[in-house]
Amino acid sequence: MLRPQRPVPTLIAIAASLLTLAACKREVRDIHPDPVGAETPITTAMVPFSPGGAPSVTARTKKGEDYEKNAYQLAQGKTLFTKMNCNGCHSHGGGGMGPALTDDKWIYGDSIENIVATIREGRPNGMPSFRGKITDDQIWQIAAYVRSMGGKVLSAAAPSRNDSMSNLPSESRRGSDFEQHGGPTPKKD
Amino acid sequence: MIRRMAWMFLLSGALAGCRDWQSAANHAGAEAERIWSLTLLFTIVLGLIWLAVMIAVVLVIRRRRAAPVSAHDALIDDAGHRRNSQIVGSLLAATAITVAILTVLSFITQRPLFAGRASTAGIRLIGHQWWWEVRYDGATPAEMFTTANELHIPVGTRIRLSLESNDVIHSFWVPSLAGKQDLIPGHNNSIELLAQRPGVYRGQCAEFCGLQHAHMGLLVIAEAPDAFEKWQAAQRAAAQTPQDGDPAKGAGVFVSKPCALCHTIRGTSAGGTFGPDLTHLGSRAYIGADVLPLTPGSLAAWIADPHSVKPGVNMPPVQLQGDELNAVTAYLIGLK
Amino acid sequence: MRRAAAIPRPAEQRDTGLDDAELRERLAYTWGRRPGIIGWLSTVDHKEIGRRYIITAFVFLALGGLLAAIIRLQLARPESHVVGPDLYNQIFTTHGSNMMFLFAVPVMQAFSLYLVPLMVGTRNIAFGRLGAYSYWMFLAGGVFLWVSFILDIGPDVGWFAYVPLSGPQYGIGKRPDVWAQMITFTEVASMAAAVQTIVTVFKHRAPGMKLTEMPLFVWAMLVTAFMIIFAMPAVMVASTSLILDRLVGTHFFNPAEGGSALLFQHLFWFFGHPEVYIIFIPGTGMVSAIIETFARRPVFGHIAVIISLVATGMLAFGLWVHHMFATGLPEIGASFFTIMSMTIAIPSGLQMFCWLVTLFTGTPVIRTPLLFVFGFFFIFVLGGMTGIMVASIPIDLQVHDTFFVVAHFHYVLIGGAVFPLIGATYYWFPKITGRMMNERLGVWNFWLAFIGFNVAFFPMHILGILGMPRRVYTYQHDVGWDGLNLTSSIGAFILATSFGLFFFNMWRSARGGAPAGRNPWGAGTLEWLAESPPLPHNFDHIPVVTHATPLWAERESLPIVSGISVNRREIVVTTLIEARPEVRESSPDSSIWPLIAAIATTIAFIASIFSPWAVVWGGALIGVALIGWFWPKTIREDLE
Repeated sequence: MLRPQRPVPTLIAIAASLLTLAACKREVRDIHPDPVGAETPITTAMVPFSPGGAPSVTARTKKGEDYEKNAYQLAQGKTLFTKMNCNGCHSHGGGGMGPALTDDKWIYGDSIENIVATIREGRPNGMPSFRGKITDDQIWQIAAYVRSMGGKVLSAAAPSRNDSMSNLPSESRRGSDFEQHGGPTPKKD
Repeated sequence: MIRRMAWMFLLSGALAGCRDWQSAANHAGAEAERIWSLTLLFTIVLGLIWLAVMIAVVLVIRRRRAAPVSAHDALIDDAGHRRNSQIVGSLLAATAITVAILTVLSFITQRPLFAGRASTAGIRLIGHQWWWEVRYDGATPAEMFTTANELHIPVGTRIRLSLESNDVIHSFWVPSLAGKQDLIPGHNNSIELLAQRPGVYRGQCAEFCGLQHAHMGLLVIAEAPDAFEKWQAAQRAAAQTPQDGDPAKGAGVFVSKPCALCHTIRGTSAGGTFGPDLTHLGSRAYIGADVLPLTPGSLAAWIADPHSVKPGVNMPPVQLQGDELNAVTAYLIGLK
Repeated sequence: MRRAAAIPRPAEQRDTGLDDAELRERLAYTWGRRPGIIGWLSTVDHKEIGRRYIITAFVFLALGGLLAAIIRLQLARPESHVVGPDLYNQIFTTHGSNMMFLFAVPVMQAFSLYLVPLMVGTRNIAFGRLGAYSYWMFLAGGVFLWVSFILDIGPDVGWFAYVPLSGPQYGIGKRPDVWAQMITFTEVASMAAAVQTIVTVFKHRAPGMKLTEMPLFVWAMLVTAFMIIFAMPAVMVASTSLILDRLVGTHFFNPAEGGSALLFQHLFWFFGHPEVYIIFIPGTGMVSAIIETFARRPVFGHIAVIISLVATGMLAFGLWVHHMFATGLPEIGASFFTIMSMTIAIPSGLQMFCWLVTLFTGTPVIRTPLLFVFGFFFIFVLGGMTGIMVASIPIDLQVHDTFFVVAHFHYVLIGGAVFPLIGATYYWFPKITGRMMNERLGVWNFWLAFIGFNVAFFPMHILGILGMPRRVYTYQHDVGWDGLNLTSSIGAFILATSFGLFFFNMWRSARGGAPAGRNPWGAGTLEWLAESPPLPHNFDHIPVVTHATPLWAERESLPIVSGISVNRREIVVTTLIEARPEVRESSPDSSIWPLIAAIATTIAFIASIFSPWAVVWGGALIGVALIGWFWPKTIREDLE
């Protein structure tokens, strides 16, 4: 109250506070994405077994963890999911021509890194490769959003309902046991 | 206030080196003209009233008085009460009459704004975060076309513009032509424009619509009817396919690189609808919803990194080789 | 809590037959707070709560001012990069929300909490514990908003947070929820304070103080309190529906499922327009109080001013659609609101004329408070004139959502409320602290504020006409707004300097200002009868009032009420219109429970933006706190 008003120290103070509190990443908006072409390297295992008895590993990436927790990236992913016409095959995650995305059955792995690999590389039987079509960040955004469709991300960051008709609860209200079947279901034993 | 306002206008003109193509004072439309006359009238009347009150305040301050009486005595001595009541009463009556007259004038001015004189809505304006989609209807599909961030209208014809929103609320406002009207999801709004003289008028989204609300500009180009017809005919055509050199190479880059996923160029395989239609990009004056003038340099800069001029825009930066970038730029500039 | 006060108790000690010194000491003990930190946290004294409220609101004013400075720094040049769009949107939203909900309304209510009991001659505000609760809720709401802002979760959807931008699809993350829930906090606090003001004014006036002879400041606060009670529920409906849409997927504002985006605007502005008058009417009350004292005569047309206050309060509820002229409403509907908006000029004019006549027929003594009233005339009347312009549909269609409107409402709010408020601070500072504020600094403060304000905000009228929309984080060079924006930014920094001087003056005067004595200005209303600063019990004897300005009417001493208890908190309840004494009643003792209840409510409110179940378990938590709050204590009065 008794401080005279000087904007510059305050700016510095705000910036400093932001830095010290950078742990709170749920709301940060990184609005300057990397250009198309730059790729975050990932190591993925598509099946839960591997030769030689060593455990198969999908290496967790920091980027994946960050994106799953960040409201802005998830919302961008949701927009892109619609705009890139993912609904054409996956139909709001419920599955159609392509597999459902809201259940627990994953042909090529369910971690965000696996999903990124799937979007990036494309998969047989119809899934196109988006490498070079959209930026790497956008692939991660979509992958994070795909995780949220089955209720697998932080609910405080997951998107709420759309301003349109829908027969599914919003992503933020799907528990991790949420399932919506449809489309070709992989047989996995 | 009038003098001060006039002075400020002069000052602002001098400071700006001025191109007041987004000014309500620089009216070029029938509605804008009516509104501007009313604004001037209100400013003068209300300015005079304000001046009168200020004179009264100055008189109060400067009045010569006898030595301050004690407040106790003031309670008993209230000789002028009756006269003062009459003064307050008549001032109040004057206020009521002034206000009533202003209200009636305002109603008279607003009549044509609500009259709905243009018959059909030939043009649809669709707001997106953060650009404008402009669709011209026609009797047959071949006559319809879509463009972006640039609205052409014929001079002297009353146009009805239907206003729709694709996401959040935006507001269409071209001060030189008319007042504003909101684009609200789920509501059918429209506005009428009648340009009285040819010219280029700038408008801007007037309802806060998120991150890049500040960079959601629009140009309205009012031109003579035959020029307008010519423009329409050119826009209806599909894009020319360049035969050789950089433009031809650029066309290939455009459809093979990410561009085609979001943008449409009629006559090619590029059919994305996330971003603006680029079929005749080369004919427009600005890019990025009126952020940069269209030059080869600015277009190349925009493609390479749109976020440096419009942070948060939905278009991602596209990494192209130097020659690819030149080729695409040449191709797009050539889309007249 | 006063266990000692339970039965068996010593014989009731009344104020008859005690000498002055002993009476004062005993009353001060009975009404004072208990020592220690717990005592500090559990006080229900309206003066302590009012003072905390005022200081906290001024802290929020300073913080909001800093944000304004950043805004003006950013807009000083075209395409400037002081802050980016994401931070800028948070800054202007937080600036607006902070100034409206955490500064303007609370500071007015804070003055009401502090002054109304003194002005009507009672010993505490009605429902003292509710006052404590109100303060803690206000504080929690303010801290909630500012911590969120620091954490990059500051709301970024504008202070009126229109859907769909603030809705579930486009309002990403928890930022709009912070806005919506901050509203709930501050509205709970405002409603609580409003109820207190109304009951105090209606039932606790000193015997003989007729409703029509109440000081105009008290009248203004009464009208404001009623407006708060009628207006605030609308915005709570809006913000709660918004949270429901966002959290549990209801469809109040979703056109695809039969909701309406415009519904939000109607609900918001049904509150939002009266809100402006909730801020402005207390300002007029302050102006009336200052003019009366410094013109050295009662305000001319006391009844007329009261009528104009009530009329303004009622008409204010019929104006809301003039914020929505550009949404495509039918002509008849919109025109009705033009008429209403024009009509409100009449009661405002009436007040203005009465003040001018008062000054003209009085013998004005020009001191800092009166200077700020002159500033108020200059600025507010201009803002009123532009208000008439925006009431006209055609003109509004051009200037709506532009810098013209930004100029207009800053003229109205800073001119109509902040200038009177600063004047009022200079005026009542001696009462609150016992020391005078420095007059020389006061004059400097006034001229800097006056010049700075006009340089900052007058050019914005022209910017609006030149087409500059509001809420833009930057603008392009080729539209010709550079010079005026730079001028405005320079003015803003002069204005900021004046506030710096104001705070400095308060800080310095509170420590070393000249001692004030009871009635330094020779004013006529009851608060100047109390010591400066007032003792915990306000008055040694409750006065009996025979005149609208009792201290002027009775030169020597006022008649008093006697027979009031001195060893328990007892006040006189009087009738609504005539203020005839009805009964003696006890006033609540200090209690820690309001604080505990506020903490419980805070937990429930914040948790409920993450999970709807928080309403259930949070409700239980609040219930427990309320049981503690209202746990029956045996009071003598209840036994009789």
